[in-house]
Amino acid sequence: MTELTRKDFVSDQIVRWCPGCGDYAILAQVQKLLPELGIPREKIVFVSGIGCSSRFPYYMNNYGVHSIHGRAVPIATGLKMAHPDLNVWVITGDGDGLSIGGNHFIHLMRRNVDLNIILFNNRIYGLTKGQYSPTSPQGLKTKSSPMGSLEQPLNPIAIAIGAEATFVARTIDGHLKHMAQVLERAAKHKGTSFVEIYQNCVIFNDGAFKYAADAATRPDNVVELEHGKPLIFGKKRDKGVRLNGLEPEIVSLATVSEKEILVHNETAPPSLAYLFSQMHHPHLPEPIGVFRSLERPTYDAQVQAQVDTAIQLKGQGDLHKLFYDADTWQVPQV
Amino acid sequence: MTEPKFLTYQDVSSVIIRFVGDSGDGMQLTGTQFTDTSAVYGNDISTLPDYPSEIRAPSGTLAGVSGFQVNFSSEDILTPGDAPQVLVAMNPAALKTNLGDLELGGTLIVNTDAFTEGNLKKAGYPHNPLEDGSLAGYQIHLVPLTSLNRTALHQIEGLANKDIDRCQNFFALGITFWLFDRPLTTSLKWIQDKFGKQPKIAQANKLALQAGYDYAENASLFQTRYQIKPAHLPAGTYRKITGNEALAYGLVTVASKGNKPILYCSYPITPATDILHTLAALKHFNVRTFQAEDEIAAIGAAIGAAFGGAFAVSGTSGPGIALKSEGINLAVALELPLVVVDVQRGGPSTGLPTKPEQADLLQVMFGRHGESPVPVIAPATPSDCFNVAIEAFRLAVRAMTPVFILSDGYLANSAEPWLIPNPDDIAPIVVEHATAPNSETGFLPYLRDPETLSRPWAIPGTPGLEHRIGGLAKQPMTGNVSYHPTENEQMNHERAAKIAKLADFIPEQTLIGPPSGDVLVVSWGSTFGAVHSAITQLHATGRAISHAHLRYLNPFPRNLGAMMSGFERIIVPEMNLGQMLFILRSHCTSHRNFIPISKIQGRPFTIRELVEKLTAILEERP
Repeated sequence: MTELTRKDFVSDQIVRWCPGCGDYAILAQVQKLLPELGIPREKIVFVSGIGCSSRFPYYMNNYGVHSIHGRAVPIATGLKMAHPDLNVWVITGDGDGLSIGGNHFIHLMRRNVDLNIILFNNRIYGLTKGQYSPTSPQGLKTKSSPMGSLEQPLNPIAIAIGAEATFVARTIDGHLKHMAQVLERAAKHKGTSFVEIYQNCVIFNDGAFKYAADAATRPDNVVELEHGKPLIFGKKRDKGVRLNGLEPEIVSLATVSEKEILVHNETAPPSLAYLFSQMHHPHLPEPIGVFRSLERPTYDAQVQAQVDTAIQLKGQGDLHKLFYDADTWQVPQV
Repeated sequence: MTEPKFLTYQDVSSVIIRFVGDSGDGMQLTGTQFTDTSAVYGNDISTLPDYPSEIRAPSGTLAGVSGFQVNFSSEDILTPGDAPQVLVAMNPAALKTNLGDLELGGTLIVNTDAFTEGNLKKAGYPHNPLEDGSLAGYQIHLVPLTSLNRTALHQIEGLANKDIDRCQNFFALGITFWLFDRPLTTSLKWIQDKFGKQPKIAQANKLALQAGYDYAENASLFQTRYQIKPAHLPAGTYRKITGNEALAYGLVTVASKGNKPILYCSYPITPATDILHTLAALKHFNVRTFQAEDEIAAIGAAIGAAFGGAFAVSGTSGPGIALKSEGINLAVALELPLVVVDVQRGGPSTGLPTKPEQADLLQVMFGRHGESPVPVIAPATPSDCFNVAIEAFRLAVRAMTPVFILSDGYLANSAEPWLIPNPDDIAPIVVEHATAPNSETGFLPYLRDPETLSRPWAIPGTPGLEHRIGGLAKQPMTGNVSYHPTENEQMNHERAAKIAKLADFIPEQTLIGPPSGDVLVVSWGSTFGAVHSAITQLHATGRAISHAHLRYLNPFPRNLGAMMSGFERIIVPEMNLGQMLFILRSHCTSHRNFIPISKIQGRPFTIRELVEKLTAILEERP
């Protein structure tokens, strides 16, 4: 097999996202990553729902399904059950994945189907032209909330952790190096890999993640989670996060020893990852990176294992035996 | 001492018996046991379970009454029968809700122990009907069943009264076995298989069955004992099967005959759930079952599985179809083969969850947005569900389309003898997946086969055929997104033509009776047994009437229009307010004289009511 390159994953369709949309950066990163995974192109499938991000499969030159609003997850689940050796990616957004598809989202996590799900979170409905979304901050004024949205935003990371996801991560469209690392780890994780990407919508919610995306302000507003390492951040890496009772707080490394700084552990009980999920700008640095990563048997493998066990115990199904497995009686030829 | 009564034996051709009691009394089991024994004895059988949607409504109440009717015969029968001739009532509520159905002069066996003041009150009886003479029109047999059963079983040590009373349904069964001269062996074996690991419970149930039988013998309960000889069915080996079982076995056969896994995706819903139960236990047949988080996920998973090259099925009832509509439309647009099973129940909304209706026909035909043609087929009898499951996949694969199966709650739960087919005689289901590009420019996912008009089924994992499909409007052949006006129109025409073309593939419609004349009865689905039986009776009295029973509801058989044109009047009996009639009218616009026979009572047609209604219609034009 000849080595695959980025170009092998670029389809002949013209990309139709708005100029400046954060989706371009994600598409480019994924197309760059896939050749490095060593998976044959025909084994890779992208499944999406509806929304700006969900046009993604059309721009990829492998198998793909652009489905209906909110339903990429069940479609991908059925695909994996039928064909467990495929490498399946779900592309969704904050409306598609958390609102209309919210139910499927949590059940995917608890099942731990072996697939990757990337949620492009721009905190707005783009394709329907700018209504507030389930992740919009409270009070956001949009065409459907002229006096400000009333709802508490959903926290996708917290939901994923609550639903017992085995891989939960966050990255930022403008932070290419970090996105590459996170996507690579997600791709290599066995089980459901959930990645939230802060993604800028230039038209309807421009700058929603400016604090985290801008290289100049990012170091002071974001903390990069690394397994086994303390939560240190800041341009000069002079600040840390310490636990005060159950509350994280910012401390200066000038006055506090590094030993007191909270250390990340990806395999810890979910309470730690949940605590990180509650750290929000501007009160605390917002964590990016892998919140949680652990091994648990995958749903598709277990489905296959039950089939194998059934065959082992009962032998390959025999229709004749099945039909006769009841009280039978003969009607003689008259 | 009373004079011993003189016992007579009487041969009868068929009997309808109904067991009724509390939901917790085990009436479904009792009826099933009676059916099994009669089937193994060689009678033709047909059953109608009738149970409430509440699992255990308060005991003794009218809402909690559960019943099971068995028609068993020495002749070929097609329905569970109209009115029972024998009613076994375990309590006042059961008597009250079922007495109206019992034939006048019929045999009534009641458990007198249950006719307590409290139970009578719960059933709304101001006086005890056993004492006020209101049952004078029936042959009544008063049996203190609970106490007799307790006396018989008290010898088993360590059994609480609660456990003993649970066996009283077998005591009642024993009485009926004596009355109809049935052997106990089939039920004794069942008890042993079921309770082998609980020897006391097994012993108690066996003893109750035997005690009931002996009581009927020794107490001279009946003056007549009835004999129903084995039926002369076509030669072969038979077993009993319900519609849901037959459907599940049909799907298993599809997996075997197509050499592909079946993925059955479903959300629990009455009356379809038994299909999921049956298939979940058959994983060694390359069956995967997916109990989804909701109906929408179930159809979604089926679509994903179909894209992945499996035989995908989503089973549900009417409310679930409503939720799946958008997903089914995606399958229409993607042009992927899958089967959607609708085990219809009474609607609208939650309606009658445990009772049958045929009122989803227009929903599956037209209940989706846009132009969305989907083939629809309907089984005629419980065992026919087996054939229809296989046929549905032949159509789905041929036309690359979702296909509906319209079963219903009656077919689902009703049992009949099934002449066990030889699996080797069932033709393989041939699937040819695309393996190479189909044009000079590469793979065109929507390039159509000139004969079937269907597109190739290329599955992920096949090198060189990587392609994207979606729900947006498409360019013909490439399947690329296109909003071009004429391209969109062309794709709509192509999808419609593809489904219409199945009419070339399916068999022509047949009828019984004269090929033209005054009246043609057109029926479909589970009404077959009642309609066919009614027509047979009318033929026996010399009436000229013809009958066509439809299996293919979309597209219709190619000769149906011409067939209908040969008749003055078309009568359409169905368990709705005229849905098939509505479709037939638009299919055969030259015809003006359609007459509906509607029933939406949550119960199948009886033969008698159809004979009466058809006779009345025939007599309008002597």
